[in-house]
Amino acid sequence: MTHNLKAETISFAGHEGDEIEGYLAVPTDSASHGSVVVIHHLPGYDESTKEIARRFAANGYAALMPNLYHRLAPGASADDAAAIARNAGGISDEQLVGDAQGAMHYLQALATSNGKVASIGFCSGGRQSFLAGCRLPLDAVIDCYGAFVSTDSTPEFPLAVKGLLGEIHGLTGQVLGLFGAEDQYPSPEQNNDLTVALSAAHKPHEFHTFEGAGHAFFNVDRPSYRPESAVEGWKIIMKFLSKTIGDHHVHLPN
Amino acid sequence: MCTYQTEVLKVRASGKTPTGWESMTDATVYVDHPIHFPAGHALMIDFLNPSLGASARVGVEMDERSARELAHSILKALDEAPAGVLES
Repeated sequence: MTHNLKAETISFAGHEGDEIEGYLAVPTDSASHGSVVVIHHLPGYDESTKEIARRFAANGYAALMPNLYHRLAPGASADDAAAIARNAGGISDEQLVGDAQGAMHYLQALATSNGKVASIGFCSGGRQSFLAGCRLPLDAVIDCYGAFVSTDSTPEFPLAVKGLLGEIHGLTGQVLGLFGAEDQYPSPEQNNDLTVALSAAHKPHEFHTFEGAGHAFFNVDRPSYRPESAVEGWKIIMKFLSKTIGDHHVHLPN
Repeated sequence: MCTYQTEVLKVRASGKTPTGWESMTDATVYVDHPIHFPAGHALMIDFLNPSLGASARVGVEMDERSARELAHSILKALDEAPAGVLES
């Protein structure tokens, strides 16, 4: 069913207690629900990622997307803020984890929360979702084509990004990975390295690789969009969330 | 992919922003997902003045051929300009 929802911009405590902007979408007809921390991609806190937050609420989950660039460009448009963040060298892994932790705590404090929280991210946010899952007690982690999870960035990348294989031991939640077979960042070989490492560490996970899809196949307003893969991917995501953080079948009386 | 690949340089320039002409102090050049240009990846250039806020920005996104021809044309124009007319 499609849930009624409320979506709004809020302020909440992120890394080191800083008040940052976030986009919150909550189902208004559920007495109890799981929650999702939505991590935006490198191009920023944009409309397409806000739409993803609303999709979770429509499916019965609260969702909160921290504006990772709020400190650098408060009140700026998403593209201007992303440009400033890139010029400044991006944001640190520590800030990402702190902001995700703040979002997790905010969601758990909602009166209708069942206490369970997942993270999801796309592209650069896919790696950051995995990182959050390694360092925070999340119940589920979704990585949509995040590069540099199983490898470090190469030397020609001025913004150094470290792989996360050394942090897998910290995972507390199940992992869902969704990838395009034609993507090279991450490549199918790199995703295979990751699944081997997760299996060796006895971390529950499921990976799906879509033929005919490359990077960013979920992104509906870009040429990379692959409708068949995206539709199937969303079904897999919702099934995974129902299994890991689900409790959204309890509805409020009309 | 989000490439993270970014060239950052200091510049002495002016650019027309949404609020008018401003001094631009920084430029970033990178290949990544464009905001508007209809392709998966593009060459992007941002001219910025971070001290004036995030909206003090002039951004362009283009395909590889356009970027290479632009770079070539910039160098050609500079090379063919009369000696001494440009301040360095």
